Amino acid sequence: MKRILKLHVNGEDFEILTEIHKTLLEVLREDLGLTGTKRGCDLGTCGACTVLIDGKPHLSCLTLTADVQGKKITTIEGLAQDGQLHPLQKAFAEKGAIQCGFCTPGMILTAKALLDEDPHPSEEKVKKAISGNLCRCTGYVKIVDAILSVTDKSSES
Amino acid sequence: MNKFNVVGKREPMLDALDKATGRARFTDDLSLPGMLYGKILRSPLPHAKILYVDLSGAEKATGVKAAISGKDIPKKKYGIVPMAKDEYALAIDKVRYIGDEVAAVVATSLDAAEEAISKIHVDYEELPAVFDPLEAMKPGAPIIHDEVPNNVSATIRKEFGDVEKAFAQSDFIFEDTFETQAVNHCPLEPQAALAMVDHSGKVTLWSSTQIPFFLRRNLATTLDIPESMVRIIKPKVGGGFGQKIDLYAKDFCAAFFAMKTKRPVKFVYEREEVFTSTRQRHPMHIQLKTGMKKDGTILAQQFKVVADGGAYNSTAPLMITLACFFIMLPYRIENLLFEGFHVYTNKPVGGAMRGHGIPQVRFAVEAQLDTIAEKMGIDPLDLRLKNAFQAGEPHPAKLLVQSCGFSDTLIKAAEEIGWKEKRGKLPFGRGVGLAGASFPSGVSNMSHISSGAVVKIERDGAITLLTGAADIGQGAETVISQIVAEELGVSLKEIRITAADTEITPLDPGTFGSGVTLRAGNAARIAAQVAKEKLFEAVAEKMEVEARDLEAKDHRIFVKANPEKGMSLEEAIKVYQYSDRPMPIIGRGSYQPPAKEPTTLLKEDGNFSPAYSFMTQAAEVEVDTRTGKVKVLKMVTAHDCGRAINPMLVEGQLEGSVVGGMGQALYEEVITEKGQVLNPSFLDYGIPTAMEVPPITSVEVETNDPEGPFGAKESGEGTQLSPAPAIINAIYDAIGVSFNSLPVTPERVLEALQKKDKR
Repeated sequence: MKRILKLHVNGEDFEILTEIHKTLLEVLREDLGLTGTKRGCDLGTCGACTVLIDGKPHLSCLTLTADVQGKKITTIEGLAQDGQLHPLQKAFAEKGAIQCGFCTPGMILTAKALLDEDPHPSEEKVKKAISGNLCRCTGYVKIVDAILSVTDKSSES
Repeated sequence: MNKFNVVGKREPMLDALDKATGRARFTDDLSLPGMLYGKILRSPLPHAKILYVDLSGAEKATGVKAAISGKDIPKKKYGIVPMAKDEYALAIDKVRYIGDEVAAVVATSLDAAEEAISKIHVDYEELPAVFDPLEAMKPGAPIIHDEVPNNVSATIRKEFGDVEKAFAQSDFIFEDTFETQAVNHCPLEPQAALAMVDHSGKVTLWSSTQIPFFLRRNLATTLDIPESMVRIIKPKVGGGFGQKIDLYAKDFCAAFFAMKTKRPVKFVYEREEVFTSTRQRHPMHIQLKTGMKKDGTILAQQFKVVADGGAYNSTAPLMITLACFFIMLPYRIENLLFEGFHVYTNKPVGGAMRGHGIPQVRFAVEAQLDTIAEKMGIDPLDLRLKNAFQAGEPHPAKLLVQSCGFSDTLIKAAEEIGWKEKRGKLPFGRGVGLAGASFPSGVSNMSHISSGAVVKIERDGAITLLTGAADIGQGAETVISQIVAEELGVSLKEIRITAADTEITPLDPGTFGSGVTLRAGNAARIAAQVAKEKLFEAVAEKMEVEARDLEAKDHRIFVKANPEKGMSLEEAIKVYQYSDRPMPIIGRGSYQPPAKEPTTLLKEDGNFSPAYSFMTQAAEVEVDTRTGKVKVLKMVTAHDCGRAINPMLVEGQLEGSVVGGMGQALYEEVITEKGQVLNPSFLDYGIPTAMEVPPITSVEVETNDPEGPFGAKESGEGTQLSPAPAIINAIYDAIGVSFNSLPVTPERVLEALQKKDKR
């Protein structure tokens, strides 16, 4: 059954006519063309589909779209502001934290939520925060480095 | 000092920002108007004859546009190794494992396709099944493929030196049995394919593949159309690790249905399908006998290796051959007898995985070396150093090792882990261990031996590079671009690369055997040199100097002996154009590894790879004797990769490989019961998360290989050979238990500790 869903994604309002049972991951990818959010398992076990809902990381494959109407949804496409990349995006690229890149959008959004809450997390806290985001390429070393490098910068300023 | 401008620099991957912003497109991110969605029906039985497939229920279902079973497809077998083809895209006569492909549908939505699959009725006649390769080899075992009555589909028996005599001369003989587990590659991107057919019948397939040109050949074969009617395009690929070298039913079905329905068709595997129905690392049963001289010389080794191949061959002959030949590096093994068997069972299919057949035997050798060292009272490091192979030594199997930093990797890794202070000296429950390995930088296989490249210098000085190399996230495109930029004396940002499109880019074997940098890198370097020579010719004419006296560097063309005398690249291009030479300036290059043919090594010995990398991994662990949990405290990886074209990307390869190796040592196993995978999800399977990762130190051991582009060798696969044995050896040092099978789970540690207490 189709219904109109009202969503607020990356600062824009959308009215989408779509099946009521669709997950947020499906709506983002299929109805809004926001394919930066990845489907790695569809079971909530890999973190590749992580998006921010009101600033907190959520697994979009386990989120019913109808439940997040009226909330502020941020995907990887919405992270850059006014053409300026988020420091995490730059750090991930420059520090070699990206290999295949499939986990990257979810990983960056999880890291953003962490840093918004705690701008100076310990290495342990960073590791814990991203422990729900799997990566098979990097061994996480450069991902952790990249996240910590952003916290260094903010401590300088 | 780095005498290069671009080579040796820690350049970010060219596509890193696309990936960081969500702009990078993977296969499942692509859609076409009118696209249909596909779904595959898989066998619920491990071994059964297919009596009848009734598609009518599916065909009648809402939204369904077509349904097929094995009897509807061309009866063309495929396989990644041409001599070992044994698979149909959909099962025709019978199913051989739980997850084997039986039928497929396409519909206007994924929901409709899923619904339709449940309406297909299949009559099976269940057959006796066999799940243990040792049982499958016995007379009277169920026959899985009629052509292979003993279920042994690939064998190798090689003897070098005089093994019997060497054992007779040995002062000590050690015999042990080892077992390794099934491991899934777990690329984060599940396998996907999108096909489109034009009016002429030409198929375009976007696929998550590591080797587009092999896929083109296999797809054309299975569709029974000419190769020229297939175009493969590789979008971004979300990791492969060997699992994406095979053609899968999703590739065939997408193309077949696109031909049948004249509409675009997409197939994407679910994570469960990735676990059950793609490929996995072969579990192996290994009997190892080693003869030692009193002074610590390894005199002889004898192996009997049985690999559990699952239901089909995939890379079987190559895998078992690699296991054999890479026993003979990095140590000097002059007398070797290797008997290897690839055996069919009614289980998920074995295939290439990072290290390909070697990590299993390497685990056996390295774990046994530590117990040998203990029993003989020799330091395990000294034992390894004594037997370490050196560059230029004659090799019993005629491998040509021109550069070898193995001893250096041993010494540096030991130093970094604190070997002298720690080995045998830490409190009970703590320990250090190390293990060595060697890997080819690409293999010479029977077909698609050479890599090609095209370098175009455009009017505005930009460089366009066409390469068939397949970047699957390791950074191949960046590394190859760095090589071209260096050769042409321009910065990396001038290079625009188009890769891995069989219609546009030159032939390339693809990403496997850790050969991309060396093979495609050399091809691109040659192409750049050819383009440069054409430009030099025009410049030399104008400047009235000899072309051979010119050099390209820092965006200029100048006389080597008198750098002041020259011009900018842009001016040089103008000179070239005004002399009525064809634009753009095009250089073509090709590189073929210098090896004897045929070099499958099954038939004859010979140099197998253009260059060999060497490495040592060291680990420090802490074993919680209460819970049995092993914590890795530190890993060191010392890798001789020749000259690192991009040290940051090399580190990334090493770190990722080490963590994968940790998973294989401690956590990961595809568990099956009567052929049914019991843990086909990330949650139940358990790859390492960030929480498990210890500090990893990469120690640089640079050699300069004469064959590699700017001296480079491999860095991707070799590193996954020895993390597991390094960890196992550290556990041995920690609690005095040498584990002969993987993974070492807390249950097994506790069990071993209890046994030890009783003694």
